[in-house]
Amino acid sequence: MAFDVDAIRREFMILKREVNGKPLVYLDSAASAQKPNAVLEAMAGAMLGSYANVHRGLHTLANETTEAFEGARAAVASFIGAPFVECVVFTKGATQAINLVAAGIDISPGDEIVLSVAEHHSNIVPWHFLRERKGAILKWVDIDDDGRLDLVDLERQITPRTKMVALTHMSNVLGARLRAADAIRIAHAQRVPVLLDGCQAVVHEPVDVAALDVDYYVFGGHKLYGPTGIGVLYGKPDRLDRLKPFEGGGEMIETVTLNHVTYNDPPHRFEAGTPPILEAIGLHAAISWLSAQDREAIAAHEHALKDRLTAALRAENGVRLYGDAPDKGAIVAFNVEGAHPHDVAQIVDREGVAIRAGHHCAQPLMTRLGVNATARASIALYTTEHDIDVFVAALAKARRMLA
Amino acid sequence: MTAETIDDAIAAVEADFALFSDWEERFTYLIDLGRQMAPLADHERTDAAKVRGCASQVWLVSEARDGRLHFRGESDAFLVKGLIAVLLQVFSGRTPAEILSVEPKALAARLGLSDALTAQRSNGLHSMMERIRREAAHATP
Repeated sequence: MAFDVDAIRREFMILKREVNGKPLVYLDSAASAQKPNAVLEAMAGAMLGSYANVHRGLHTLANETTEAFEGARAAVASFIGAPFVECVVFTKGATQAINLVAAGIDISPGDEIVLSVAEHHSNIVPWHFLRERKGAILKWVDIDDDGRLDLVDLERQITPRTKMVALTHMSNVLGARLRAADAIRIAHAQRVPVLLDGCQAVVHEPVDVAALDVDYYVFGGHKLYGPTGIGVLYGKPDRLDRLKPFEGGGEMIETVTLNHVTYNDPPHRFEAGTPPILEAIGLHAAISWLSAQDREAIAAHEHALKDRLTAALRAENGVRLYGDAPDKGAIVAFNVEGAHPHDVAQIVDREGVAIRAGHHCAQPLMTRLGVNATARASIALYTTEHDIDVFVAALAKARRMLA
Repeated sequence: MTAETIDDAIAAVEADFALFSDWEERFTYLIDLGRQMAPLADHERTDAAKVRGCASQVWLVSEARDGRLHFRGESDAFLVKGLIAVLLQVFSGRTPAEILSVEPKALAARLGLSDALTAQRSNGLHSMMERIRREAAHATP
Protein backbone atom coordinates (compact mmCIF):
# COMPACT_ATOMS: atom_id res chain seq x y z
CA MET A 1 0.00 0.00 0.00
CA ALA A 2 1.53 3.28 -1.06
CA PHE A 3 1.67 6.11 1.43
CA ASP A 4 0.46 9.38 -0.01
CA VAL A 5 0.78 12.22 2.46
CA ASP A 6 -1.20 14.59 0.24
CA ALA A 7 -4.12 12.18 0.19
CA ILE A 8 -3.86 11.83 3.96
CA ARG A 9 -3.87 15.61 4.41
CA ARG A 10 -7.06 15.96 2.44
CA GLU A 11 -8.77 14.10 5.28
CA PHE A 12 -7.73 16.74 7.81
CA MET A 13 -9.68 19.91 7.07
CA ILE A 14 -7.84 21.94 9.68
CA LEU A 15 -4.52 21.54 7.89
CA LYS A 16 -5.84 23.82 5.17
CA ARG A 17 -6.17 26.79 7.48
CA GLU A 18 -3.83 29.71 7.89
CA VAL A 19 -2.24 31.03 11.06
CA ASN A 20 -1.08 34.62 11.19
CA GLY A 21 -1.50 34.82 7.44
CA LYS A 22 0.71 31.80 6.79
CA PRO A 23 -0.27 28.22 5.96
CA LEU A 24 -0.48 26.22 9.19
CA VAL A 25 2.51 24.01 9.95
CA TYR A 26 1.35 21.85 12.83
CA LEU A 27 4.26 20.32 14.70
CA ASP A 28 2.53 19.81 18.04
CA SER A 29 0.83 16.48 17.49
CA ALA A 30 2.53 14.96 20.54
CA ALA A 31 0.44 17.38 22.61
CA SER A 32 -2.71 16.61 20.65
CA ALA A 33 -3.17 15.36 17.11
CA GLN A 34 -5.61 16.70 14.55
CA LYS A 35 -8.58 14.51 13.64
CA PRO A 36 -9.44 13.01 10.26
CA ASN A 37 -12.90 13.57 8.81
CA ALA A 38 -13.81 9.98 9.64
CA VAL A 39 -13.73 10.81 13.36
CA LEU A 40 -15.89 13.89 12.95
CA GLU A 41 -18.33 12.02 10.76
CA ALA A 42 -18.65 9.12 13.18
CA MET A 43 -19.33 11.39 16.14
CA ALA A 44 -21.66 13.68 14.24
CA GLY A 45 -23.34 10.66 12.67
CA ALA A 46 -24.12 9.22 16.09
CA MET A 47 -25.54 12.51 17.32
CA LEU A 48 -27.53 13.00 14.15
CA GLY A 49 -28.82 9.51 13.75
CA SER A 50 -28.46 7.14 16.66
CA TYR A 51 -27.88 8.37 20.15
CA ALA A 52 -29.12 7.52 23.64
CA ASN A 53 -27.57 6.49 26.93
CA VAL A 54 -25.90 3.09 26.98
CA HIS A 55 -26.56 -0.20 28.75
CA ARG A 56 -29.66 0.68 30.72
CA GLY A 57 -32.14 1.29 27.99
CA LEU A 58 -34.77 -1.03 26.60
CA HIS A 59 -35.46 0.90 23.48
CA THR A 60 -33.97 0.80 20.02
CA LEU A 61 -31.74 3.86 20.21
CA ALA A 62 -30.32 2.73 23.56
CA ASN A 63 -29.56 -0.64 22.08
CA GLU A 64 -27.96 0.84 18.97
CA THR A 65 -25.81 3.16 21.04
CA THR A 66 -24.81 0.37 23.40
CA GLU A 67 -23.81 -1.69 20.38
CA ALA A 68 -21.72 1.21 19.10
CA PHE A 69 -20.11 1.83 22.48
CA GLU A 70 -19.30 -1.83 23.11
CA GLY A 71 -18.20 -2.09 19.49
CA ALA A 72 -15.66 0.62 20.24
CA ARG A 73 -14.41 -1.42 23.17
CA ALA A 74 -14.01 -4.46 20.96
CA ALA A 75 -12.17 -2.38 18.37
CA VAL A 76 -9.77 -1.04 20.99
CA ALA A 77 -9.18 -4.56 22.32
CA SER A 78 -8.32 -5.75 18.85
CA PHE A 79 -6.17 -2.67 18.14
CA ILE A 80 -3.88 -3.37 21.11
CA GLY A 81 -4.08 -7.17 21.03
CA ALA A 82 -6.03 -7.48 24.29
CA PRO A 83 -7.05 -11.11 24.85
CA PHE A 84 -10.53 -10.19 26.10
CA VAL A 85 -12.82 -7.25 25.44
CA GLU A 86 -13.42 -7.02 29.21
CA CYS A 87 -9.77 -6.01 29.67
CA VAL A 88 -10.51 -2.61 28.13
CA VAL A 89 -11.77 0.10 30.48
CA PHE A 90 -12.83 3.43 29.05
CA THR A 91 -11.74 6.46 31.07
CA LYS A 92 -11.86 10.16 30.41
CA GLY A 93 -8.20 10.11 29.47
CA ALA A 94 -4.84 8.47 30.07
CA THR A 95 -4.36 10.56 33.20
CA GLN A 96 -7.54 9.21 34.72
CA ALA A 97 -6.52 5.69 33.74
CA ILE A 98 -3.28 5.98 35.72
CA ASN A 99 -5.08 7.58 38.66
CA LEU A 100 -7.55 4.70 38.57
CA VAL A 101 -4.79 2.12 38.87
CA ALA A 102 -2.88 4.04 41.54
CA ALA A 103 -5.99 4.49 43.63
CA GLY A 104 -7.06 0.89 43.21
CA ILE A 105 -4.01 -1.09 44.27
CA ASP A 106 -3.29 -2.08 47.87
CA ILE A 107 -0.53 0.02 49.39
CA SER A 108 0.91 -0.14 52.91
CA PRO A 109 3.42 2.32 54.35
CA GLY A 110 6.88 1.54 53.04
CA ASP A 111 5.64 -0.08 49.83
CA GLU A 112 7.53 1.11 46.80
CA ILE A 113 6.62 2.38 43.35
CA VAL A 114 9.34 2.41 40.70
CA LEU A 115 9.20 5.17 38.08
CA SER A 116 11.60 6.62 35.57
CA VAL A 117 12.80 10.22 35.67
CA ALA A 118 11.41 10.63 32.14
CA GLU A 119 7.77 10.23 33.10
CA HIS A 120 5.01 12.67 32.25
CA HIS A 121 3.47 14.22 35.37
CA SER A 122 0.38 12.10 34.77
CA ASN A 123 2.52 9.07 35.55
CA ILE A 124 4.16 10.74 38.55
CA VAL A 125 1.58 12.69 40.51
CA PRO A 126 -0.91 9.82 41.04
CA TRP A 127 1.98 7.90 42.65
CA HIS A 128 2.92 10.95 44.72
CA PHE A 129 -0.63 10.75 46.09
CA LEU A 130 0.24 7.26 47.37
CA ARG A 131 3.39 8.68 48.92
CA GLU A 132 1.49 11.50 50.62
CA ARG A 133 -1.56 9.53 51.67
CA LYS A 134 -0.34 6.00 52.24
CA GLY A 135 3.35 6.32 52.97
CA ALA A 136 4.52 4.76 49.72
CA ILE A 137 8.09 5.36 48.66
CA LEU A 138 8.86 6.49 45.10
CA LYS A 139 12.03 5.11 43.56
CA TRP A 140 13.47 6.53 40.39
CA VAL A 141 15.19 4.84 37.49
CA ASP A 142 17.65 6.94 35.53
CA ILE A 143 17.93 7.33 31.77
CA ASP A 144 20.99 7.62 29.57
CA ASP A 145 21.78 10.82 27.69
CA ASP A 146 19.69 9.68 24.75
CA GLY A 147 16.73 9.24 27.05
CA ARG A 148 16.70 5.47 27.12
CA LEU A 149 15.82 3.79 30.37
CA ASP A 150 18.74 2.27 32.26
CA LEU A 151 17.58 -1.33 32.60
CA VAL A 152 20.40 -2.17 35.00
CA ASP A 153 19.20 0.63 37.25
CA LEU A 154 15.62 -0.63 36.88
CA GLU A 155 16.63 -4.03 38.17
CA ARG A 156 18.48 -2.37 41.06
CA GLN A 157 15.46 -0.26 42.11
CA ILE A 158 13.07 -3.20 42.37
CA THR A 159 12.87 -4.74 45.86
CA PRO A 160 10.50 -7.10 47.65
CA ARG A 161 8.52 -3.98 48.65
CA THR A 162 7.93 -2.86 45.07
CA LYS A 163 4.22 -2.79 44.23
CA MET A 164 4.37 -1.32 40.75
CA VAL A 165 6.77 -0.38 37.99
CA ALA A 166 5.24 2.45 35.94
CA LEU A 167 7.11 3.60 32.84
CA THR A 168 6.53 5.53 29.68
CA HIS A 169 6.57 3.40 26.54
CA MET A 170 7.81 6.44 24.61
CA SER A 171 9.02 9.69 26.14
CA ASN A 172 6.76 12.63 25.31
CA VAL A 173 9.80 14.91 25.27
CA LEU A 174 12.67 12.86 23.89
CA GLY A 175 10.79 10.30 21.80
CA ALA A 176 12.99 7.63 23.36
CA ARG A 177 11.48 4.16 23.16
CA LEU A 178 11.42 1.92 26.18
CA ARG A 179 12.77 -1.57 25.64
CA ALA A 180 9.44 -2.65 27.03
CA ALA A 181 9.80 -6.41 26.72
CA ASP A 182 13.09 -6.29 28.65
CA ALA A 183 11.72 -3.95 31.32
CA ILE A 184 8.66 -6.17 31.81
CA ARG A 185 10.76 -9.31 32.00
CA ILE A 186 12.95 -7.70 34.68
CA ALA A 187 9.94 -6.65 36.75
CA HIS A 188 8.11 -9.93 36.33
CA ALA A 189 11.19 -11.85 37.42
CA GLN A 190 10.52 -10.26 40.81
CA ARG A 191 6.72 -10.64 40.52
CA VAL A 192 6.15 -6.92 40.16
CA PRO A 193 3.39 -5.69 37.82
CA VAL A 194 4.17 -3.15 35.12
CA LEU A 195 2.10 -0.22 33.92
CA LEU A 196 3.09 1.35 30.62
CA ASP A 197 2.09 4.86 29.61
CA GLY A 198 1.45 4.35 25.92
CA CYS A 199 0.17 7.82 25.02
CA GLN A 200 2.95 8.46 22.51
CA ALA A 201 3.98 4.91 21.63
CA VAL A 202 0.54 3.79 20.53
CA VAL A 203 0.49 6.56 17.92
CA HIS A 204 3.77 5.62 16.32
CA GLU A 205 3.95 1.84 16.49
CA PRO A 206 1.63 -1.17 16.69
CA VAL A 207 1.21 -2.24 20.30
CA ASP A 208 0.42 -5.80 21.35
CA VAL A 209 -0.30 -5.93 25.06
CA ALA A 210 -0.53 -9.71 25.11
CA ALA A 211 2.82 -10.16 23.41
CA LEU A 212 4.35 -7.60 25.78
CA ASP A 213 2.78 -9.43 28.73
CA VAL A 214 2.22 -5.99 30.26
CA ASP A 215 -0.10 -5.77 33.27
CA TYR A 216 -1.58 -2.34 32.60
CA TYR A 217 -1.40 -0.24 29.45
CA VAL A 218 -2.89 3.25 29.20
CA PHE A 219 -3.34 5.78 26.42
CA GLY A 220 -5.61 8.64 25.46
CA GLY A 221 -7.72 9.14 22.38
CA HIS A 222 -6.72 12.63 21.36
CA LYS A 223 -3.07 12.00 20.47
CA LEU A 224 -4.20 9.00 18.43
CA TYR A 225 -6.15 11.16 15.95
CA GLY A 226 -9.26 10.60 18.07
CA PRO A 227 -11.31 12.88 20.29
CA THR A 228 -10.44 14.35 23.67
CA GLY A 229 -12.32 13.12 26.71
CA ILE A 230 -11.57 9.45 26.27
CA GLY A 231 -8.75 7.23 27.40
CA VAL A 232 -8.12 3.55 27.66
CA LEU A 233 -6.96 1.41 30.52
CA TYR A 234 -6.02 -2.10 29.52
CA GLY A 235 -5.55 -4.46 32.45
CA LYS A 236 -4.92 -8.16 32.67
CA PRO A 237 -8.12 -9.84 33.85
CA ASP A 238 -6.71 -10.93 37.20
CA ARG A 239 -5.32 -7.44 37.79
CA LEU A 240 -8.60 -5.72 37.05
CA ASP A 241 -10.43 -8.24 39.23
CA ARG A 242 -8.33 -7.25 42.23
CA LEU A 243 -8.33 -3.50 41.56
CA LYS A 244 -10.60 -1.52 43.88
CA PRO A 245 -13.29 0.60 42.22
CA PHE A 246 -12.18 4.15 41.51
CA GLU A 247 -15.31 6.25 41.37
CA GLY A 248 -18.71 5.28 42.67
CA GLY A 249 -21.93 5.83 40.80
CA GLY A 250 -24.33 4.31 38.38
CA GLU A 251 -23.30 1.58 35.96
CA MET A 252 -20.46 0.29 38.17
CA ILE A 253 -22.66 -1.49 40.71
CA GLU A 254 -24.39 -4.83 40.88
CA THR A 255 -26.73 -4.11 43.82
CA VAL A 256 -27.11 -1.16 46.14
CA THR A 257 -28.98 -1.32 49.47
CA LEU A 258 -29.06 1.08 52.39
CA ASN A 259 -26.22 -0.74 54.11
CA HIS A 260 -24.37 -2.51 51.35
CA VAL A 261 -23.13 -2.30 47.81
CA THR A 262 -21.76 -4.92 45.49
CA TYR A 263 -19.90 -4.09 42.35
CA ASN A 264 -20.29 -4.93 38.73
CA ASP A 265 -17.55 -6.89 36.98
CA PRO A 266 -14.73 -5.21 35.07
CA PRO A 267 -14.71 -3.21 32.91
CA HIS A 268 -18.03 -1.69 34.06
CA ARG A 269 -16.85 -1.61 37.69
CA PHE A 270 -14.48 1.15 36.67
CA GLU A 271 -16.90 3.12 34.53
CA ALA A 272 -19.11 4.95 36.99
CA GLY A 273 -21.68 7.25 35.50
CA THR A 274 -22.49 7.81 31.87
CA PRO A 275 -19.31 6.97 29.97
CA PRO A 276 -17.82 9.05 27.14
CA ILE A 277 -20.13 7.49 24.57
CA LEU A 278 -19.56 9.78 21.61
CA GLU A 279 -15.86 9.91 22.35
CA ALA A 280 -15.70 6.11 22.29
CA ILE A 281 -17.41 6.15 18.92
CA GLY A 282 -14.89 8.76 17.75
CA LEU A 283 -11.98 6.73 19.07
CA HIS A 284 -13.30 3.68 17.26
CA ALA A 285 -13.38 5.67 14.03
CA ALA A 286 -9.82 6.93 14.65
CA ILE A 287 -8.33 3.50 15.18
CA SER A 288 -10.27 2.01 12.28
CA TRP A 289 -9.03 4.84 10.09
CA LEU A 290 -5.45 4.45 11.31
CA SER A 291 -5.55 0.66 11.00
CA ALA A 292 -6.66 1.01 7.39
CA GLN A 293 -3.46 2.91 6.62
CA ASP A 294 -0.11 1.26 6.00
CA ARG A 295 1.36 1.73 9.44
CA GLU A 296 4.82 0.59 8.42
CA ALA A 297 4.83 3.18 5.68
CA ILE A 298 3.66 5.80 8.17
CA ALA A 299 6.44 4.87 10.57
CA ALA A 300 8.98 5.13 7.74
CA HIS A 301 7.54 8.50 6.69
CA GLU A 302 7.70 9.89 10.23
CA HIS A 303 11.17 8.51 10.76
CA ALA A 304 12.46 10.12 7.56
CA LEU A 305 10.98 13.48 8.57
CA LYS A 306 12.47 13.16 12.03
CA ASP A 307 15.88 12.52 10.45
CA ARG A 308 15.43 15.50 8.11
CA LEU A 309 14.57 17.76 11.03
CA THR A 310 17.31 16.41 13.26
CA ALA A 311 19.92 16.87 10.53
CA ALA A 312 18.77 20.45 9.89
CA LEU A 313 18.90 21.32 13.58
CA ARG A 314 22.25 19.69 14.01
CA ALA A 315 23.64 21.74 11.11
CA GLU A 316 22.78 24.94 12.99
CA ASN A 317 25.29 26.26 15.46
CA GLY A 318 23.79 27.08 18.79
CA VAL A 319 20.96 24.60 18.65
CA ARG A 320 21.04 21.91 21.27
CA LEU A 321 19.17 18.64 20.70
CA TYR A 322 17.95 16.46 23.55
CA GLY A 323 17.63 12.70 23.33
CA ASP A 324 18.91 11.41 20.06
CA ALA A 325 18.49 7.67 20.17
CA PRO A 326 18.54 6.33 16.60
CA ASP A 327 15.30 4.37 16.99
CA LYS A 328 13.40 7.14 18.76
CA GLY A 329 9.91 8.23 17.83
CA ALA A 330 9.25 11.36 15.81
CA ILE A 331 9.48 13.81 18.71
CA VAL A 332 12.35 16.30 18.69
CA ALA A 333 13.26 18.38 21.74
CA PHE A 334 15.75 21.19 21.38
CA ASN A 335 16.85 24.57 22.65
CA VAL A 336 18.33 27.61 20.97
CA GLU A 337 21.32 28.75 23.00
CA GLY A 338 20.73 32.01 24.79
CA ALA A 339 17.00 32.05 24.04
CA HIS A 340 14.03 30.89 26.03
CA PRO A 341 11.99 28.24 24.19
CA HIS A 342 8.85 30.33 24.78
CA ASP A 343 10.40 33.13 22.74
CA VAL A 344 11.29 30.67 20.00
CA ALA A 345 7.78 29.18 19.94
CA GLN A 346 6.14 32.59 19.75
CA ILE A 347 8.30 33.76 16.91
CA VAL A 348 7.82 30.64 14.79
CA ASP A 349 4.08 30.91 15.50
CA ARG A 350 4.11 34.20 13.62
CA GLU A 351 5.35 32.16 10.66
CA GLY A 352 2.42 29.77 11.04
CA VAL A 353 4.40 27.06 12.82
CA ALA A 354 2.95 25.42 15.93
CA ILE A 355 5.50 23.90 18.28
CA ARG A 356 5.41 23.27 22.00
CA ALA A 357 7.69 24.94 24.52
CA GLY A 358 7.92 24.48 28.24
CA HIS A 359 8.55 21.68 30.66
CA HIS A 360 6.15 19.36 28.81
CA CYS A 361 4.65 18.16 32.10
CA ALA A 362 7.96 16.43 32.78
CA GLN A 363 9.78 18.55 35.35
CA PRO A 364 11.93 15.70 36.74
CA LEU A 365 13.13 15.07 33.17
CA MET A 366 13.92 18.78 32.73
CA THR A 367 15.99 18.58 35.93
CA ARG A 368 17.73 15.48 34.61
CA LEU A 369 18.53 17.33 31.36
CA GLY A 370 19.69 20.38 33.32
CA VAL A 371 17.17 22.79 31.74
CA ASN A 372 14.03 24.64 32.80
CA ALA A 373 12.27 24.10 29.52
CA THR A 374 12.77 22.96 25.94
CA ALA A 375 11.11 23.55 22.62
CA ARG A 376 9.60 20.47 21.00
CA ALA A 377 8.56 19.72 17.45
CA SER A 378 6.55 16.56 16.98
CA ILE A 379 5.73 14.80 13.75
CA ALA A 380 2.55 13.02 12.75
CA LEU A 381 1.46 11.03 9.71
CA TYR A 382 0.21 14.23 8.03
CA THR A 383 3.52 16.08 8.43
CA THR A 384 5.36 16.87 5.20
CA GLU A 385 8.94 17.65 4.19
CA HIS A 386 7.68 21.12 3.38
CA ASP A 387 6.45 21.50 6.98
CA ILE A 388 9.92 20.67 8.24
CA ASP A 389 11.56 23.10 5.84
CA VAL A 390 9.18 25.93 6.75
CA PHE A 391 9.86 25.29 10.40
CA VAL A 392 13.63 25.24 9.95
CA ALA A 393 13.43 28.58 8.10
CA ALA A 394 11.19 30.04 10.81
CA LEU A 395 13.62 28.84 13.43
CA ALA A 396 16.48 30.56 11.61
CA LYS A 397 14.47 33.76 11.76
CA ALA A 398 13.84 33.30 15.47
CA ARG A 399 17.53 32.79 16.03
CA ARG A 400 18.36 35.99 14.13
CA MET A 401 15.83 37.96 16.16
CA LEU A 402 16.98 36.52 19.46
CA ALA A 403 20.71 36.60 18.71
CA MET B 1 12.43 59.97 31.93
CA THR B 2 9.02 59.54 33.44
CA ALA B 3 5.91 60.76 31.70
CA GLU B 4 3.83 63.37 33.51
CA THR B 5 0.70 61.29 34.01
CA ILE B 6 -0.18 57.66 33.51
CA ASP B 7 -2.18 58.65 30.44
CA ASP B 8 0.88 60.35 29.00
CA ALA B 9 2.88 57.19 29.67
CA ILE B 10 0.33 55.02 27.89
CA ALA B 11 0.25 57.45 24.97
CA ALA B 12 4.06 57.36 24.78
CA VAL B 13 4.12 53.57 24.64
CA GLU B 14 1.34 53.64 22.08
CA ALA B 15 3.40 56.04 19.97
CA ASP B 16 6.44 53.77 20.22
CA PHE B 17 4.45 50.80 18.99
CA ALA B 18 2.86 52.83 16.22
CA LEU B 19 6.30 53.10 14.60
CA PHE B 20 6.29 49.43 13.73
CA SER B 21 4.68 48.14 10.61
CA ASP B 22 4.77 44.42 11.35
CA TRP B 23 5.03 41.86 14.10
CA GLU B 24 8.71 41.28 13.47
CA GLU B 25 9.60 44.87 14.31
CA ARG B 26 7.30 44.80 17.30
CA PHE B 27 8.78 41.57 18.61
CA THR B 28 12.32 42.84 18.01
CA TYR B 29 11.49 46.01 19.94
CA LEU B 30 10.08 44.00 22.85
CA ILE B 31 13.10 41.71 22.83
CA ASP B 32 15.40 44.77 22.95
CA LEU B 33 13.41 46.32 25.78
CA GLY B 34 13.70 43.05 27.64
CA ARG B 35 17.44 42.89 27.14
CA GLN B 36 17.91 46.44 28.42
CA MET B 37 16.00 45.85 31.64
CA ALA B 38 18.17 45.57 34.74
CA PRO B 39 17.95 42.07 36.20
CA LEU B 40 16.63 41.41 39.67
CA ALA B 41 19.08 40.26 42.28
CA ASP B 42 19.00 36.55 43.08
CA HIS B 43 17.48 37.19 46.50
CA GLU B 44 14.63 39.16 44.92
CA ARG B 45 13.45 36.26 42.78
CA THR B 46 11.47 34.78 45.63
CA ASP B 47 8.43 32.62 45.49
CA ALA B 48 6.37 35.53 46.83
CA ALA B 49 7.58 37.75 44.00
CA LYS B 50 6.70 35.14 41.39
CA VAL B 51 3.66 35.93 39.26
CA ARG B 52 1.46 32.88 38.77
CA GLY B 53 -0.41 32.31 35.56
CA CYS B 54 2.46 33.10 33.20
CA ALA B 55 3.79 30.49 30.83
CA SER B 56 7.35 31.47 31.61
CA GLN B 57 8.79 32.50 34.97
CA VAL B 58 7.97 36.07 35.96
CA TRP B 59 8.92 37.98 39.09
CA LEU B 60 7.70 41.42 40.12
CA VAL B 61 8.93 43.38 43.12
CA SER B 62 7.53 46.69 44.31
CA GLU B 63 8.58 49.43 46.65
CA ALA B 64 6.49 52.36 47.97
CA ARG B 65 8.23 55.74 48.07
CA ASP B 66 6.56 59.11 48.64
CA GLY B 67 3.12 57.69 48.01
CA ARG B 68 4.14 56.13 44.72
CA LEU B 69 4.74 52.50 43.77
CA HIS B 70 7.98 51.60 42.03
CA PHE B 71 8.13 48.27 40.26
CA ARG B 72 10.94 46.16 38.93
CA GLY B 73 10.59 42.79 37.30
CA GLU B 74 12.21 39.98 35.41
CA SER B 75 11.44 36.93 33.33
CA ASP B 76 13.50 34.16 31.80
CA ALA B 77 11.93 34.82 28.38
CA PHE B 78 12.91 37.94 26.42
CA LEU B 79 9.47 38.69 25.00
CA VAL B 80 7.92 38.57 28.44
CA LYS B 81 10.73 40.70 29.80
CA GLY B 82 9.90 43.23 27.10
CA LEU B 83 6.28 43.18 28.17
CA ILE B 84 7.31 43.77 31.76
CA ALA B 85 9.40 46.72 30.59
CA VAL B 86 6.33 48.17 28.86
CA LEU B 87 4.21 47.69 31.97
CA LEU B 88 6.88 49.33 34.11
CA GLN B 89 6.95 52.32 31.75
CA VAL B 90 3.25 52.71 32.34
CA PHE B 91 2.84 51.78 35.98
CA SER B 92 6.10 52.29 37.84
CA GLY B 93 6.37 55.54 39.80
CA ARG B 94 2.59 56.11 39.80
CA THR B 95 0.25 56.56 42.72
CA PRO B 96 -1.98 53.64 43.63
CA ALA B 97 -5.02 55.63 42.50
CA GLU B 98 -3.48 56.23 39.07
CA ILE B 99 -2.62 52.55 38.72
CA LEU B 100 -6.13 51.47 39.65
CA SER B 101 -7.64 53.92 37.17
CA VAL B 102 -6.33 51.87 34.25
CA GLU B 103 -8.53 49.02 33.08
CA PRO B 104 -6.22 46.09 32.18
CA LYS B 105 -8.11 44.78 29.15
CA ALA B 106 -8.50 48.24 27.70
CA LEU B 107 -4.78 48.89 28.15
CA ALA B 108 -3.79 45.63 26.42
CA ALA B 109 -6.12 46.45 23.55
CA ARG B 110 -4.85 50.02 23.28
CA LEU B 111 -1.24 48.88 23.11
CA GLY B 112 -2.11 46.20 20.58
CA LEU B 113 -0.76 43.54 22.90
CA SER B 114 -3.81 41.33 23.15
CA ASP B 115 -3.44 40.11 19.57
CA ALA B 116 0.34 40.35 19.30
CA LEU B 117 0.80 37.59 21.78
CA THR B 118 -0.70 34.18 22.18
CA ALA B 119 -3.61 33.64 24.53
CA GLN B 120 -1.44 31.96 27.08
CA ARG B 121 1.01 34.82 27.00
CA SER B 122 -1.80 37.36 27.09
CA ASN B 123 -2.91 35.65 30.24
CA GLY B 124 0.59 36.17 31.54
CA LEU B 125 0.24 39.85 30.71
CA HIS B 126 -3.09 39.81 32.46
CA SER B 127 -1.57 38.13 35.52
CA MET B 128 1.19 40.74 35.65
CA MET B 129 -1.32 43.58 35.45
CA GLU B 130 -3.46 41.94 38.11
CA ARG B 131 -0.42 41.71 40.37
CA ILE B 132 0.35 45.39 39.84
CA ARG B 133 -3.27 46.31 40.58
CA ARG B 134 -3.27 44.16 43.71
CA GLU B 135 -0.15 45.90 45.01
CA ALA B 136 -1.80 49.23 44.29
CA ALA B 137 -4.98 48.19 46.10
CA HIS B 138 -2.93 47.12 49.12
CA ALA B 139 -1.04 50.42 49.12
CA THR B 140 -4.24 52.45 49.04
CA PRO B 141 -4.85 53.96 52.46
